[in-house]
Amino acid sequence: MTPVHPPPAVLAVRGGALALAVAALGHTLWNGVVEPGHALAFGVLVTVGELARWGALPGEREPAPLGAAGALAYALLGRSGGQDTAHGVLQVVTVVAAAQLLASVPHVARGSGPGPDQAARRLLTVAFAAVCFQPFHHAGRSEHWFGEGPYFALFLLVLLVLSALCDAVLAALTAGTSRRYGPQLRDELRRLSGIGSAVCATGAVMALGVAVAGLWALPVLCVPLLLTQVSYRRYAAVRTTYRQTIASLARSTEIAGYTPHGHARRVAELSAAVGRELGLGGHELTVLEYAALMHDIGQLSLVDPVADGATALLPAEEQRRIALLGGAVVRQTGVDPAVAAVVEQQADPYREQQTAARIVRAVNAYDDLCGEGVKGPLGALEQLRLGTGRDYQPQVVEALARVLARGGPTRVGAG
Amino acid sequence: MAGVSGTSAAARVYILCAVVCAALGAVPALSPEAGTPWGTLGLLAALYSACELPGRFRVFGGSVPITAGSFFPLLLAAAFLLPPSAAVLVAVPGALVSHVDGPPVTARRVWRAAQLALTVGAASWAYALSGGPATLGGGPEGAVPALPHALLPACAAALVFGLVLAALDGGIIATAERVAVRHAWRGLPARSVGPHLVHALAGLMMAVLWRSTYGPLSALVVLLPMYISCWVFAQYHRRHAAHRATIRALVQAVDIKDGYTRGHSERVGRASELIARELGMEESRTEALRFAGILHDVGKLGVPTRVLRKDGPLTPEERRVIELHPEYGHEIVRGIGFLDEARAAILHHHERLDGSGYPYGLTGDRIPEFARVVAVADAFDAMTSTRSYRRGRPVPAAVEELRRCAGSQFDPRMVRALARALDRHGWSAAANTVTSDEDPAGLPTQRADVRAPAAGTPDRPGRHR
Repeated sequence: MTPVHPPPAVLAVRGGALALAVAALGHTLWNGVVEPGHALAFGVLVTVGELARWGALPGEREPAPLGAAGALAYALLGRSGGQDTAHGVLQVVTVVAAAQLLASVPHVARGSGPGPDQAARRLLTVAFAAVCFQPFHHAGRSEHWFGEGPYFALFLLVLLVLSALCDAVLAALTAGTSRRYGPQLRDELRRLSGIGSAVCATGAVMALGVAVAGLWALPVLCVPLLLTQVSYRRYAAVRTTYRQTIASLARSTEIAGYTPHGHARRVAELSAAVGRELGLGGHELTVLEYAALMHDIGQLSLVDPVADGATALLPAEEQRRIALLGGAVVRQTGVDPAVAAVVEQQADPYREQQTAARIVRAVNAYDDLCGEGVKGPLGALEQLRLGTGRDYQPQVVEALARVLARGGPTRVGAG
Repeated sequence: MAGVSGTSAAARVYILCAVVCAALGAVPALSPEAGTPWGTLGLLAALYSACELPGRFRVFGGSVPITAGSFFPLLLAAAFLLPPSAAVLVAVPGALVSHVDGPPVTARRVWRAAQLALTVGAASWAYALSGGPATLGGGPEGAVPALPHALLPACAAALVFGLVLAALDGGIIATAERVAVRHAWRGLPARSVGPHLVHALAGLMMAVLWRSTYGPLSALVVLLPMYISCWVFAQYHRRHAAHRATIRALVQAVDIKDGYTRGHSERVGRASELIARELGMEESRTEALRFAGILHDVGKLGVPTRVLRKDGPLTPEERRVIELHPEYGHEIVRGIGFLDEARAAILHHHERLDGSGYPYGLTGDRIPEFARVVAVADAFDAMTSTRSYRRGRPVPAAVEELRRCAGSQFDPRMVRALARALDRHGWSAAANTVTSDEDPAGLPTQRADVRAPAAGTPDRPGRHR
């Protein structure tokens, strides 16, 4: 259910960022740039960092970590080479906005620029960090409270953690899915621990490094973060390939004529939607999705296909045998053993199952029953409700009904 | 680190020498007039030990090993901050509690401690010689670090660090595993220069921040990106292994349906790789070709099991169904982005040069190069492998048969490449093992004298009736 018009929260975020950028730009043009050398150095850093979005895979959590770290460092910069700096909040916003505009030119030329939401998020997060830090610093309070020692470093780290939280809140607001806000925010917070913490750490170290050693600290500190980015890219690439291979393996039952076309994909998408509806997230959701993709793989060991691949209509013993065979195949694929366990359990009565297996069982049965054609979706749902005494968990069936009532599964990140 | 498999006498002497050298290097630190900064030393040593402990107890997630590389910035920072005699001692406590891969545990730990002590000491010595400590700034008078100049000694120290580490590693490999010295050292230093320079930059910023008014805590934050980078890298390797397992699972899914071809796919992958290397293909294409070989028959998943397992002659209808398998295979791997060229090989591996193959009857150069390679590898393995109902042919006979069919069925260039590769590397004995679990007694005996596949139809490798 991709909304045609962005929801009001998204519009508010975009509008806020735009208004801020325009105000900052006007202010800076009017008053001139303070310490142009520093503004230029950080501007170049953020531009280069944003250009590194090049080749980012869709759905990457932070495609431009260097840009983020550079922008945050400029927001938290209070000294340079031992001398106090004088730039204010609005100049920080101006530099970051200008760098983002500049970096987006080649991307837009190729038709693959960062979305307006990402740019707005970056701008607002940096503005948040700058508002927290710069006024304090200029009033001399930060020095008065924390001195120029270890407590100041701690103060910067705390500010960065707050900025990261602010970013997560904005990301959850602009996610643009029909998911409820709570689980979305939880997912965003969970993702912070990876590259998010590397960005925060580098931002803090850049601010401190420049404070101690001047602008030369910037290129030196870029290198470790770039290395982290490269590692993440490689990891993301191999993860994508892996997903594709799993999906191919899952489709093999369709090509072998055991299951109807698109069955594995439909069950996986609907299962994921039901899982989200029931509050699953992160790792549990991945396990559920893989298990749903491969739930029929055991049928490969049947000499003759089941009619229409509809295992839900087979005797219970036969269903369980196929499930166990499937688990054996899945164990060989090197996925998390939890996936194999779910595949093995999929034919058990729901009281003996874990949540993921309950979802796969109900959704698979729904898809099988829909495929029969006579009853249609409503009839299939009715059939599932009749089976809630033993086979299907009532809560899962109701969650499925809610997802279907909203118009079916939505893919995360769409919209 | 180098493996110390069973301590030989030579290895023991070598380790003893390293320990004595390290101890001699540390002696000056003990004299009162050396002014050793024991506080800094203690803090750095404790930090390094703390970094090594997770590797031993596996607290983080349990299964992701953190390689030693993530702590090199810390050691380099120590080399920059401490005088050489004190730097020798930094890594010792950490190395003595570190995780080791296998027995003999004590020998490995002692060796690691001595090796790191010597390496850090040498790096610190090089740093002091090139005038590094003065460029760090900080200190009581609060000097500003002379940054562009500070890079030079740091890089020099990193190079010495990498060279000494590699040299000591080569030595232990040579003495403990009795590898010839020149093999043990080959390629070791060249590979590690880049990473060590990156570690040096991180170490330098650590040292600068450590000396500054912000103190050791801010220096620690430099380590975090490096640590995360190493963690992600370990994850990458784990996922990569999982991906290979999934590819194998695809192949094993075929084996579930068709027990005769067990092991065939892997061997065709290996033979395709041999040909690719012989033709001088670049690394990524060689890898792709290996996957093409492994997956060439994945389309058999689409053929009904009853037809695949049928004993006795096939009807024309069944033959047509089987001949659909390249197209099924192409369809199955369509979604796997990285296979790319390999998909063409899966679709066309039954084409023949004279146009009598399937599915499209392409001729000559219109058959993709990858497909021509896989066709030769497929036929070669079908002839040489022993199936439960017949013995495999000897390799020379199979090559002769391939040569006979070159030009009409196979690309002569690929056949020549395979022959050359076999001359050079041989064909492993694994190829001649029986490849089916099924009981040979249960199969019709006349299969033994059915004409072997080569002359013509590798369309059902090894299964002619």
